[in-house]
Amino acid sequence: MRLSSKIRVEPLSLAFAVFGGLVLLFIVAPLISMFVRCSPGELVETAKDAEVRNSIWLTLWTSMAATVIFAVAAIPFAYLLARKDFPLKRLVTAIIDLPVVIPHSAAGIALLGVISRNGFLGKAAGKIGFSFVDSVAGIMMAMAFVSIPYLINSARDGFLAVPVRLEKAALSLGASPLQVFLTVSVPLAWRAILSGLILMWARGMSEFGAVLIIAYQPMITPVLIYERFTSFGLKYARPVAVLFISVCLIFFITLRLLAREKQNA
Amino acid sequence: MLSVKNISKSLGTLAIRDVSFEVQPGQYFVLLGASGAGKSVLLETIAGLIWPDAGRIFLDGRDVTDEKIQKRKFGLVFQNSALFPHMTVYDNIAYSLRCKGLKNSQIQERVDRIAEDFAVTGFLKRRVQTLSGGESQRISLARAVASEPRCLLLDEPISSLDAKSRPQIRALLRKINRQGQTIVHVTHDYTEAVSLGTHIAVMDAGRIAQAGTVEEVFQRPKSEFIARFVGIRNFFKGQLEKPVDGPANLRQFVADGLGLSVMTDSVAGIGFVMVRSEDVTICSAAMNAHTSARNNFEGTIVDIIPAATGIEVLIDVGAGKPVEVAAMISAESVKSLELHCGKRVWISFKASAARYVEQ
Repeated sequence: MRLSSKIRVEPLSLAFAVFGGLVLLFIVAPLISMFVRCSPGELVETAKDAEVRNSIWLTLWTSMAATVIFAVAAIPFAYLLARKDFPLKRLVTAIIDLPVVIPHSAAGIALLGVISRNGFLGKAAGKIGFSFVDSVAGIMMAMAFVSIPYLINSARDGFLAVPVRLEKAALSLGASPLQVFLTVSVPLAWRAILSGLILMWARGMSEFGAVLIIAYQPMITPVLIYERFTSFGLKYARPVAVLFISVCLIFFITLRLLAREKQNA
Repeated sequence: MLSVKNISKSLGTLAIRDVSFEVQPGQYFVLLGASGAGKSVLLETIAGLIWPDAGRIFLDGRDVTDEKIQKRKFGLVFQNSALFPHMTVYDNIAYSLRCKGLKNSQIQERVDRIAEDFAVTGFLKRRVQTLSGGESQRISLARAVASEPRCLLLDEPISSLDAKSRPQIRALLRKINRQGQTIVHVTHDYTEAVSLGTHIAVMDAGRIAQAGTVEEVFQRPKSEFIARFVGIRNFFKGQLEKPVDGPANLRQFVADGLGLSVMTDSVAGIGFVMVRSEDVTICSAAMNAHTSARNNFEGTIVDIIPAATGIEVLIDVGAGKPVEVAAMISAESVKSLELHCGKRVWISFKASAARYVEQ
């Protein structure tokens, strides 16, 4: 893209750009440093490590599965929040944001209270011989707990942007409310929903604190990185982190591109 | 038949109060009112988008007040076309048919027939974002008619269109109505009401101020509000003649035995001529030889009514049967011309002041 010679740079904009540059550097510098310090040989060795590969795969699919499973309830709930007024709606909205603001280790402890063998959900699961603790289901619960606000908020904003007029028109054309939801509201809010799904999935993958409390094993990658760091030091943890971040970035960018293509289609 | 009985609804600052009217099958019923009069709330209440606080709505004798919107069989068209932007024109028109669960072949057949009727066959594969305002509204109407509504509800469907598209959509609405479709049309524009409606209800502050045929409401407004709102006191239904010698747009319009000169490019046919009372001047003697005004009539003053903006003088210029023309003049003019009931005077107005609206 060619910069127009007519662009005038105001001093204030220049100052803000400098601040912006510092913030960007703050985010990017540690990541670049980590990538630079990791040799290709170390990366190849790490990629050959079955424990690392299994862990990355586990992290990817559990987060994906948690996103898809919880989306079934979260998307209709977001629609309800966007379209209906009901008593204590503001309180409900605040509750949705709670997982974002509380420490994630505390979130893990809270969740453990419900899904451990003594919790009401854990007891019920125990009766059919199932345990959430140290299981894939537990990992998904922990991931969903901390990441579901991203999906709900994004989908709600998406539904809010759909003109009510279109839904009214669909109803008057004989569509049932469910048909309106599925054929008008969801397709029109799809971009925001997809964005929310990607965010929830990405946030779920990066979760450490809550998962550590619920399920140390099977080991998702953030826990594995921590374990390698505490047991063997930075040198052994770094290649795992670089590999995981690379895989995540590839998925994240691909999904974003696909979402954009769909939007432009 | 649509029957609205004693409907009331409060919605924040908007409210409709004790509204009742009936629309016979095949009628074109226009709800005319200023912004905030409650027209759209009433329309959405009829459609089932809003629940009334009181009153009942009957369609063909069946009480539909508590019925779900999708069961009511009303077709709703909004001011800004509410076409689904993620669908093609075909999918928009087919939407109601798919909701009914028709087979694809049946849907195809119906959509093709409607597309032909609405002259949109060439648009079917287009995305709605590529359509102009007039085209979008045409598709909205096609989509609503495809659902085979018992009654079509139109919320200001022409207001947001450009000048070129308006007559096209008006013509389309007339055609739909002529095919037997009952229509309830909400608007703030009296020319739309005159041009399209067979019956009119004027709404003011959430109530029906007057209802009746177009002629009844425009020629005999029941209150000053209605007279002022409809804006036109001189309103004639008649026949526009074909152009003769002279300027092509200077035409003869015959109403109640009165021959009026009007400026219009419209085709000959039945229509209305409206003249603002402010455009009518009164003389105590004939001015034919000394005026550029094409319309000069002698008549008798039948009433002199003080109004907010001056004095309204009613003059009967009819030959055989009464034809009243209203002139709005100043109190000083009434005094200087020594006007009084029964006095013979001449009235005049320019052909360009006579506005023709085709029906």
